[in-house]
Amino acid sequence: MTLLSVKDLHVSVDGKQILNGINLEIGEGEIHAVMGPNGSGKSTLSYVLSGREGYTVTKGEILFKGENVLEMEPNERAGAGIYLAFQYPVEIPGVSNLTFLKTAVNAVRNARGQEELDAINFLKYAREKGQILEMKDELLKRPVNVGFSGGEKKRNEIFQMAMLEPTLAILDETDSGLDIDALRIVSEGVNKLRSTERSMIVITHYQRLLDHIVPDFVHVLAQGKFVAEGGKELALELEKDGYAKFGIEDGAPQAA
Amino acid sequence: MTPPAETAPIFEEAAKREYEYGFITDIDSEFAPKGLNEDIVRFISGKKGEPEWLLEWRLTAYRHWLTMQEPKWAFVNYPNIDFQDAYYYAAPKNDENKPQSLDEVDPKLLETYEKLGIPLAEQAVLAGVAVDAVFDSVSVATTFKEKLTDAGVVFCPISEAVQTHPELVKKYLGTVIPYTDNFYASLNSAVFSDGTFVYVPKGVRCPMELSTYFRINAANTGQFERTLIVADEGSYVSYLEGCTAPMRDENQLHAAVVELIALGDAEIKYSTVQNWYPGDEEGKGGIYNFVTKRGVCRGNNSKISWTQVETGSAVTWKYPSCVLEGDNSVGEFYSVAITNNYQQADTGTKMIHVGKNTKSTIISKGISAGKGQNTYRGLVKALAGADQARNFTQCDSLLIGNECGAHTVPYIEVSNPATQVEHEATTSKISEDQLFYCQQRGLNAEEAVSLIVNGFCKEVLKELPMEFAVEAQKLLGVTLEGSVG
Repeated sequence: MTLLSVKDLHVSVDGKQILNGINLEIGEGEIHAVMGPNGSGKSTLSYVLSGREGYTVTKGEILFKGENVLEMEPNERAGAGIYLAFQYPVEIPGVSNLTFLKTAVNAVRNARGQEELDAINFLKYAREKGQILEMKDELLKRPVNVGFSGGEKKRNEIFQMAMLEPTLAILDETDSGLDIDALRIVSEGVNKLRSTERSMIVITHYQRLLDHIVPDFVHVLAQGKFVAEGGKELALELEKDGYAKFGIEDGAPQAA
Repeated sequence: MTPPAETAPIFEEAAKREYEYGFITDIDSEFAPKGLNEDIVRFISGKKGEPEWLLEWRLTAYRHWLTMQEPKWAFVNYPNIDFQDAYYYAAPKNDENKPQSLDEVDPKLLETYEKLGIPLAEQAVLAGVAVDAVFDSVSVATTFKEKLTDAGVVFCPISEAVQTHPELVKKYLGTVIPYTDNFYASLNSAVFSDGTFVYVPKGVRCPMELSTYFRINAANTGQFERTLIVADEGSYVSYLEGCTAPMRDENQLHAAVVELIALGDAEIKYSTVQNWYPGDEEGKGGIYNFVTKRGVCRGNNSKISWTQVETGSAVTWKYPSCVLEGDNSVGEFYSVAITNNYQQADTGTKMIHVGKNTKSTIISKGISAGKGQNTYRGLVKALAGADQARNFTQCDSLLIGNECGAHTVPYIEVSNPATQVEHEATTSKISEDQLFYCQQRGLNAEEAVSLIVNGFCKEVLKELPMEFAVEAQKLLGVTLEGSVG
């Protein structure tokens, strides 16, 4: 069944056209990789799906579970099951990771008509999910992302994903800034969270992440459009031949 | 607030008990004519049955006040106050004008209480529904009176203390904040209506937190309270002052005085959650909160700690201070001041280092939203004899939106070369990144702001006693409602 359906999506930022007609169908449990050079519109796609302000949809539609996502606030989208693992996770000083997550988990549980977790059950739940990502207790108690290493931040993003149990997870360059060990932990975590009820969009520059998180489909984004689409072998071709094969120069200065 | 569920019946019981004393009738009958003159001062003193020395003190204060000018140096703006166009005594809301049931109370007000998690019975109290005027903290205190009496702690209205412990009141009243201190303190000295008196005897650790949670609210009129707390040698007391009752009156003046005295090895912890009516979204109405609070660490090794969460009032002018006379004495000031809509706050502290080896800490968190203006104004002063005095100051400002302002005015005066003073200050904005991050995790915009602000204030909130901290957190959220989106 189709979980996400993006049709002819055009998006502009500050009057500048970034996405020029994206079409994307994602079924339940599918993993889609979106690859492309800098400035091709990868992050814009992740933000417009999750509802960030400042991204104007000039044409097209996004349906999630058959509902018009564009009419939903970011928190409503989160409640509906859309999760974005940020490329640059944000620090929130003075708010412990656990406090933050308890608020978040109960907010989405509310939105999904589930009962809120009390402190004890929440802690149990957090410890259980924390094991997937090898999260130390100390990391749970520290303020959100404050003083975290690059690897810890990304691990924390996937940990939050485990906690919030989305049906669609968007991983925006989760591999950037990770050393080999961190990449392993993070991608193993992601793989443990794969299920027939959870679809993912994995945004990345590099094939190496896709060695760990093997996608069902690969889309190549350039200048705001998918210029090539195929199975996992497409990523390997890209790795070998570069974007030039698709008539794209890597690093083309095409806005953010 | 949200007191533990099991305490609710105690409040109810206390309220009923107070009824027996006919307290409410007393309040109703105590009216003074509008305006201020010596007769009014005499009237107030007479109503309280005060001894001659206190009347004289009031009159001297009044005559001195007449020679004074209203201070204009604070970074606040408000129309001139006509001091003759006000009631200086009682003027409780006439029961007939009061809402008779919750149905008659402004639904917006009730909504706010709902969000604070205040049970219905207490909502009625806070809204000033007729029967509950008796519901004050003094009556609550009476339920614990026995325990306090056993410990030798005196905790009563100051008017009562004048009768029952005149020697203590006479010995300490006005010794920290003399009637000449400043315009509003002088005014308060002349016309103070009531307030709280606390005395903790030598070596006693007060067995419970003392609180005036409901009292100011219930008094409904006491805009000139005077509080005097004396901690004798080696004693400890924690005192909570809560003014969470939104007053619906138009620009009412609230000029309180709080004096703290800590003798040798004594410690006083004074916490405030101030939520006077801030005025509406257009800046109409609200309380002018011109309060003088000061503590003196009179003995060696004594400590005074102020914690305040200022969320209410249209205009706040308030500098809880510490005079560190005793050697090794410690002063602390932890403050969160928040201004939304058209609120203005000029607040901070003075740390006066007199004794040797004295230490002070200032942590101030200012939050401005809407068109709010928030000023930290502080003085750190080390006198020549204050060898090895140390101060650490941290002032952080957080801005929400583009129309508010944050200002920091630190004064440092050091007359002793062996003094160590540190000052750190930051100003930041809630970033779009933070907001979106929280929203993406399921929080709505208001929950997100509340969470971020609470994180920003954490160092101060953790100084509050538990129940107050919970309440303060909720208050911050409610105060900032409508500041985003």
